[in-house]
Amino acid sequence: MILPPLPDDAILLGVHVDDWRAAVREAGRALVRSGSTRSEYADRMIAVIEEFGAYVVIAPGLALAHARPGPDVRREGLAVVTLAEPVPFGHPHNDPVRVVVGLAVSNAEEHVAWVAKLANAFNDRGIVGRIARAETPEELRALLGFDDRAGA
Amino acid sequence: MKIVAVCGVGIGTSAILKVNAERALDRLGLSADVDASDLPGIAAAAADAQIILTSTELSSAVRHAVGRNHAEIIEVSNYFDVEEIGAKLETSLG
Repeated sequence: MILPPLPDDAILLGVHVDDWRAAVREAGRALVRSGSTRSEYADRMIAVIEEFGAYVVIAPGLALAHARPGPDVRREGLAVVTLAEPVPFGHPHNDPVRVVVGLAVSNAEEHVAWVAKLANAFNDRGIVGRIARAETPEELRALLGFDDRAGA
Repeated sequence: MKIVAVCGVGIGTSAILKVNAERALDRLGLSADVDASDLPGIAAAAADAQIILTSTELSSAVRHAVGRNHAEIIEVSNYFDVEEIGAKLETSLG
C-alpha cells in the first residue's frame, strides 16, 4: 500500500509559530490547502491534545497531529510542517517539537498499512533532524521515501 | 499472547506503536497478536491482553481506565525506537 500523496501544498517549511496550538493549526492549514480536510479538522486535532495530553509527540522533536475520522475529512492525507524555532508541547521526554506531521484518515482500520510505511522512514535515527533542516519539498519527500513524481 | 497498543483516538499513533511492537517481537523471535485501541475502548480491548503498550503521557489514564485488569502497562517514550520497545517487552516477558 502506498502513502497518501504529499504535494507541495501539504508541506510548509521553516514556519514561525508561538506555541503548539499554532503549530498544529499550521498542519491543519496544510491539510486544507492540499484538499484533504476542511478547516474544522485543525480544531479537532487541537482538541485531542487538550483532552489526552501531549502523547502525540511520539519521538524526540516529532509530533503526529491527528483526530478521528469525521465529516471534515474529505480524503485521507498527510501534511508536514517544519518549525523555524522548536516549541514545547508539554511532553515529558520528547519536547521541544521541530516537525509536525498532520494525519487525516477516513477509516480507522484501513490506514494501518500505510502508517507502517511511514513508520519505516521514521525508524531511521536522525531523520527528524534531517526533515527539520529540509529546504525544499522535494528533499523532504525523498527523506520520507516518496517517489517524487507528483509527490505520490 | 495478546498485546494492545493504545492512544487517545485509536488511529495514527497507536497504529505506529502496533507496527513497531510487531517488529520488536519479530526480532526477539516472539509471536503475539498486537491490536490497536483508543483510550475509551481500552478496558474492553485489554480484557484478555497480557500487555498494554502506551505513552508515558497516557499511562495514568490507561491505568485508571483498565482498573483491576491484570495486563501489565508498558510506557514507551519513542514510538519509533524498536530497540526501546523490544527491550521493554523482553524485560516484561522474561
